[in-house]
Amino acid sequence: MINEALIVSAILFSIGVLGVLTRRNAIILFMCAELMLNAVNLSFVALAKLHGVTGHVFVVMVMTIAAAEAAVGLAIVISVFRQFGTVEMSALRTLRG
Amino acid sequence: MMHPIVLHLVQAGTVTMPGHPLAGTTAANLLGLLPLLPFLGFVANGIVAMTAKQRANAAGESVVTTARHPLVTALGPGVIIAAFAVALVIFFGMQSVAARAPGLLDAPYISAGATWMHVGNLNITWSFQLDQLSILMVLVITGIGSLIHLFSVGYMRDDPGYARYFAYLNLFVAFMLVLVLGASYPVMFLGWEGVGLCSYLLIGFWFNDRANVEAGKKAFVVNRVGDFGFLIAMFLIWSTTQKLDFVGAHAALGGMAGTSAVMAIALFLFLGCAGKSAQIPLYIWLPDAMAGPTPVSALIHAATMVTAGVYLVARAAPIFSGAPEASLLVAVVGAVTALFAATIALRQWDIKKVLAYSTVSQLGYMFIAVGTGAYTAGVFHLVTHAFFKALLFLGAGSVIHSLHAAYHHTHRHEDAQDLRNMGGLSKFMPATFAAMTIATLAIAGVPPLAGFFSKDEILSSVFARAQSSPLANASLAGVSGSVVLYGVYVIGVLTALLTAIYMTRMLLLAFTGENRTGEAEQQALHEAPAVMTAPILGLALLTLIGGWLNLPKVMPVGPTGLLEHWLAPVTGASALKLAGRGEIAHQTELILIGVAVAIAFIGIAIAFALYRKPIADKAHASPDTGLAGVLAHAYNVDAGIDAVIVRPVNAFASGFLTRGFDVVLDRTFSVGGGLFSRAAGLVGNRLQDGDVGKYAWMVAAGAIVMLAAFTLA
Repeated sequence: MINEALIVSAILFSIGVLGVLTRRNAIILFMCAELMLNAVNLSFVALAKLHGVTGHVFVVMVMTIAAAEAAVGLAIVISVFRQFGTVEMSALRTLRG
Repeated sequence: MMHPIVLHLVQAGTVTMPGHPLAGTTAANLLGLLPLLPFLGFVANGIVAMTAKQRANAAGESVVTTARHPLVTALGPGVIIAAFAVALVIFFGMQSVAARAPGLLDAPYISAGATWMHVGNLNITWSFQLDQLSILMVLVITGIGSLIHLFSVGYMRDDPGYARYFAYLNLFVAFMLVLVLGASYPVMFLGWEGVGLCSYLLIGFWFNDRANVEAGKKAFVVNRVGDFGFLIAMFLIWSTTQKLDFVGAHAALGGMAGTSAVMAIALFLFLGCAGKSAQIPLYIWLPDAMAGPTPVSALIHAATMVTAGVYLVARAAPIFSGAPEASLLVAVVGAVTALFAATIALRQWDIKKVLAYSTVSQLGYMFIAVGTGAYTAGVFHLVTHAFFKALLFLGAGSVIHSLHAAYHHTHRHEDAQDLRNMGGLSKFMPATFAAMTIATLAIAGVPPLAGFFSKDEILSSVFARAQSSPLANASLAGVSGSVVLYGVYVIGVLTALLTAIYMTRMLLLAFTGENRTGEAEQQALHEAPAVMTAPILGLALLTLIGGWLNLPKVMPVGPTGLLEHWLAPVTGASALKLAGRGEIAHQTELILIGVAVAIAFIGIAIAFALYRKPIADKAHASPDTGLAGVLAHAYNVDAGIDAVIVRPVNAFASGFLTRGFDVVLDRTFSVGGGLFSRAAGLVGNRLQDGDVGKYAWMVAAGAIVMLAAFTLA
């Protein structure tokens, strides 16, 4: 049971990573980041079966922080849209060194 | 109510050697004041020099000058005179203790001092040693120092660096007092280095002239060679005895007499002495050191600093008496130096160069004395030489001052130190002429002047030791000590003859015959002001009566052997070890005295025969050709050293170290480093293009690499 859960978790995480690396839309980047977080949550829950309730505690923690992060992140996305008129990350190059 | 710490400090300076009869007396309590007074003078004059504002000079121009600064005039000589007064108080304090009972002052008084370094079982304190030898040196340094400081007030009064000059001169006296008062080798070494520094600063005092700077540098570098010897000797003393204070180390080394360790220590110490006291092969810096102001030559390069080596051998007498071969070597080096320098002095035209080579020669005499275990004779000659050589230099300074003023007056650029520009000065400067005559007779060895007694004592001591003594039984490089000592005696007599010749020559060329300075300049020639002639006459008086310090036993009148008796607790035992109890017969001693006097008069007569007919002007002076040329150029030793040491070192430095080594290092590290960081910057610049997606790729790639690394490891 744990093996299957961990495999699913790994697949979800990889999808998230690939999404972050390949897509350029800020909203989709966010969704992919959430996907990675939840992949980790899944492995926490699965492994909690072996190592006790610490894993559950971490899952609650991660969900809380993910919610906060989503709120802040979406607010940033909205300001970026107001400023630049787009949320395509490849168009935003002002960080150039 | 005194604070306990203050109370502790006060007691630390006084109640240190409760058993010593000097402990707690005024003499012991005043000891620390001796170096402190000149040092405070240095600080005060230094502040004046550093904060000098624009003032009007003698010509009415507005320049940064401290000339005739009243505070400097008061403090510069003032602190030295005060130190001399303190020295007198200490001396009479010692006298009164010594008079109470014989043997009370056989052990030196060591003052307690704060810790300087404490590492493991090495504990060096700022302790001073008060004994018969150190107070004698202090009296000479502060006494003659006072006269020369007074002279300087006149000599340097219009110099813009007046305050700086007195600051350096005060600092010199402070370091010199540390040198002679230090109770351990490291404290002495501090003074030793300090006087070297002041010598360097004062030789290059007029640093706008490149030659003066070069001369100062030469003195410093040559002295480093000697200092290296002193340092090695200190390391050896420490590794053999685990002690560095005079009393402890000498007690330990005294029990090891004859061992190779003592021999090595003595030889390395003598290397230090040869550097400081200008003996072969390290004498080359002293003639160049005449680039400094003339009172500096009188104080540092004739009377005090250059005699530090003689003082060191006398101070380390327990070491040298334990190594008779080293002592013989000291005497031989002294003798060779004495003769060598005297021959050069025969053909010098610069009045200060004559005196400089004469100083080297007389220092050789002192090393003959201390090398043969005649420590009293060596110190005696040190004192009398300080009198008459300081007098000669001050007289020369007075002459140079006058000629310089004359040429300045007519705006002619002539050498104010060249004997060929002098002549007939006795008319213009009678007081200086009288004093110089006394000094010349003294150094030539005419009785009853100071130089006669000290030189005679050296020669008769050498003769006595050559006849029979433990030293005569030792051998140097296979030659028996007796033969070596007879050789040294003969060289000594020969040098005395040359001394009489070159000094009389100098006197005749400068003061008799027609004046060669120039028609217009003669009007401006004048006797020096009173502040300059008074010290000269004071030294002349000392030169007249200085011999009374240590009259020989054959003297029908006067107190005999005062200095011998006074120094006996310090050097008596060591002298006995080398000289034994053998004394020469009165008959022989009288013959030796007769020989010495005859030699002096023969030398003077030869000089009169050669130089009585005065040269008309510079063009008529005998040319420096043949042997005269060799002597005039001081055997071309400087050129030789330049070719053998200086130029190869320079070539090595510029050819290999600079152009090879340094440039390669520069290319590799500075140029190479610059290229590397610029390349790295270019790459980093291209990577950081603001595309967040690319950053994400890099983070992911980094994470995978790290995961791979951890997994594979």
